[in-house]
Amino acid sequence: MSVVFECLLLFSLILCAIFALTQKRLLMVAIIYMAYSLIMTIIWAMLQSPDLAITEAAVGAGVTGILLFVTLKKIHALKGTKDE
Amino acid sequence: MSKKSRLFRSHFRAWLAGEEMPLRERHVRTLHKKPHERPEPVPEDVRINRFIHLYHVSAVLVAVCIVAVLLYTVFHLPLFGSANNPASNEVAQRYIEQGLEETGAVNIVSGMILDYRAFDTFGESNVLFLAIASVLMLLLRDRNNIVLEEDVHEAHERVIEKANEDVILKRVANIVVPCILLFGVYVVLNGHLSPGGGFSGGSIMGGGLILFAVSYGPERVKTFFGWKTFRAIVVGALLCYALSKAYAFFTGANGLENHIPLGTPGAILSAGLILLLDICVGLVVACTMYGFYALINRGEI
Repeated sequence: MSVVFECLLLFSLILCAIFALTQKRLLMVAIIYMAYSLIMTIIWAMLQSPDLAITEAAVGAGVTGILLFVTLKKIHALKGTKDE
Repeated sequence: MSKKSRLFRSHFRAWLAGEEMPLRERHVRTLHKKPHERPEPVPEDVRINRFIHLYHVSAVLVAVCIVAVLLYTVFHLPLFGSANNPASNEVAQRYIEQGLEETGAVNIVSGMILDYRAFDTFGESNVLFLAIASVLMLLLRDRNNIVLEEDVHEAHERVIEKANEDVILKRVANIVVPCILLFGVYVVLNGHLSPGGGFSGGSIMGGGLILFAVSYGPERVKTFFGWKTFRAIVVGALLCYALSKAYAFFTGANGLENHIPLGTPGAILSAGLILLLDICVGLVVACTMYGFYALINRGEI
């Protein structure tokens, strides 16, 4: 069971990476990057390194995503807002 | 009558073809499609196009060369997991077998990065400090770095933000932020006992601060975490780290005995200097995370 789950996680990791490259909207790329980090968190936890999992969740899925959003807002690349 | 109906019919046909919207006439005129004009290529354009073509070809060539060099290097690396690798020496065994005895830290990773390899961790903290310093130089909005347009834009945005306060975000932040900050403090203080440590706990605290700033506005954060506090915490934490480990750095960790009692492994006040170093690293990381957000978002802390 856990092998199947692991394969599923790894497969979705690759899918996320490919989608992040092929997306045209930068906002979608940032969100997919955060999803990638979340999957990575689960994988770290399954590899029995919870400290890495905590750091990945805080930095990869949290802070980096917010920094990317703020940067996109600053360069007026957010679709659907008044700036564009 | 006939003129009006003819106008209406032409507009209707244009609307069917998707060329204009069913609006009032003076609006409609602005929505007419402009015919697409393509200027004749002048000789200079041809040259630029040729250059762009050359650029693509050379980019592919450079990429292929780099790939070839890297692959050549990879083929000459020692085999993964072989016994003769430089990585598999007696150091790892020493860390695992005598780490608890020598450092007093139950979490062997903390014992490694904050005792045996404290110099590397000091370098990493300094890298974070340099990163926030360069972001400050680039993005801080002081007397020399002000654009009038941006100021007007910022003020406009602030008015919009004040008018549309997010109630859901505020309520959720009310509950979640204290838990996040408490968890961050717990991870930092238990760095030598359980998984985690300065870097993970500091980034959790930084994330909590950012969430608070997003939901309540930076003015609320400024009441307890302003520019002076930020400066004092970052510089103080780095100095504290450097001073408490200076003797080990200068003597190569061989000259002096450890004078701080290690305590019983598992107690919160144990493992010598590791707890203090964890707190220092955590403070630096939390300040750096929040500083990045504040500087990129508003250009001030």
